[in-house]
Amino acid sequence: MKYKDYYASLGVKREASADEIKKAYRKLAQKYHPDVTKDPKGEEKFKEIAEAYQTLKDPEKRKAYDELGSHAPGENFRPPPDWERHFGERPGDGATSFSFEDLDLGDLFESLRGRTRGAGRSRASMQIPGEDFEAIVHLRLEDAYAGTMVDLNLDMPEMDAEGRVRHVPKTIKARIPKGATDGMRLRLRGQGGKGFNGGPNGDLYLNVALHPHALFRPSGHDLYLDLPLAPWEAALGAAVQVPTLSGAVSLKVPPNTTAGRKLRLGRKGLPKPSGGEGDLYAIVQIVNPSVLSERERALFKDLAEASTFDPRAHFTMERSHG
Amino acid sequence: MADEYDAVWLEAHARVTLVELARCSGFPETTLRELVEYGALAPAEGETFAGDCVGRLRRASRLGEDLELETAAVALVLRFLGRIDSLEDEVRYLHAQVAAPRR
Repeated sequence: MKYKDYYASLGVKREASADEIKKAYRKLAQKYHPDVTKDPKGEEKFKEIAEAYQTLKDPEKRKAYDELGSHAPGENFRPPPDWERHFGERPGDGATSFSFEDLDLGDLFESLRGRTRGAGRSRASMQIPGEDFEAIVHLRLEDAYAGTMVDLNLDMPEMDAEGRVRHVPKTIKARIPKGATDGMRLRLRGQGGKGFNGGPNGDLYLNVALHPHALFRPSGHDLYLDLPLAPWEAALGAAVQVPTLSGAVSLKVPPNTTAGRKLRLGRKGLPKPSGGEGDLYAIVQIVNPSVLSERERALFKDLAEASTFDPRAHFTMERSHG
Repeated sequence: MADEYDAVWLEAHARVTLVELARCSGFPETTLRELVEYGALAPAEGETFAGDCVGRLRRASRLGEDLELETAAVALVLRFLGRIDSLEDEVRYLHAQVAAPRR
């Protein structure tokens, strides 16, 4: 079994008081809690802190841990012989045959917690519900639109018949119905950690994160699309083809369309789980050719001379008001 | 071959009973009732709740347990998480309005 230095994880001395341990934990937990931190290593760090605190805050577990002595973190060590009797004992038969070699120190103390919780009752009759799990599913917009199947590879702690916790890899195929958008959550009932002694299985929760799309930007179930128009299309009006997630459609651009105007294509957004669809908004951009032909240049010159339009008229208005 | 399972949406129109919410939020029913009294959790109809509160409640219960918070502090956390959720929705809306850089 590999040694973990729980005191170092919390940044306290071995002789620290219970109060000092609590304070050190709370300070670090506020910094690294996965529901608070933006630090990508936060979750890993918090697990380490929480594991250390779970052991050191409990006087019985702290005493057992202190009996291991001090080793270098990661160093392989053999627990004292009476540990095997203590932890290896199966309910009823008192058998001692199991090995510490492939066990994790944290899992071992987690098992000990199960035992102390069950003190005074028969462990055989104690129902322990399975743990809930959360995972992020990254979906393409097309998959959110149509619904999809995702493979989830999870590493779940499970209790064996002796009540010891072990991490077991598990693959689940989850059907994601259409209706997803960024930040939405799904539940797979009973697909979390296994319950023990008839306790219910935990649930699996999925948080949806959409991959960015080259054309469409989602907001809830509405989609936004940039619609580049030539100046004459915007001025004269036009029928243009625009892409949607269900194929291209024809959009009528009214005459005198200005840049930034949103043209709505009703129900061409993402489907909603409760029924109906969001809308697609095409945001007008007016784009000039990057190179003008002779004829185009001449026509623009004619237009410039003929037009009295002042796009900056409001600048003068502002000045006169100021 | 892995088994296939159907995932169910936890969204605003889905309804979750108090008993079910206690199972999936990590809070006992008594705490959920307290959170309603504090005004941090609003029932949708009778004693049912909108499915989209599950995610927030799960985060609040993890924070409450891991940071050893009292219910009043958890209620405050829950309000702030709600505020973060609406601000994130607003950020998504504003991002969607901003034209993508042209290639």
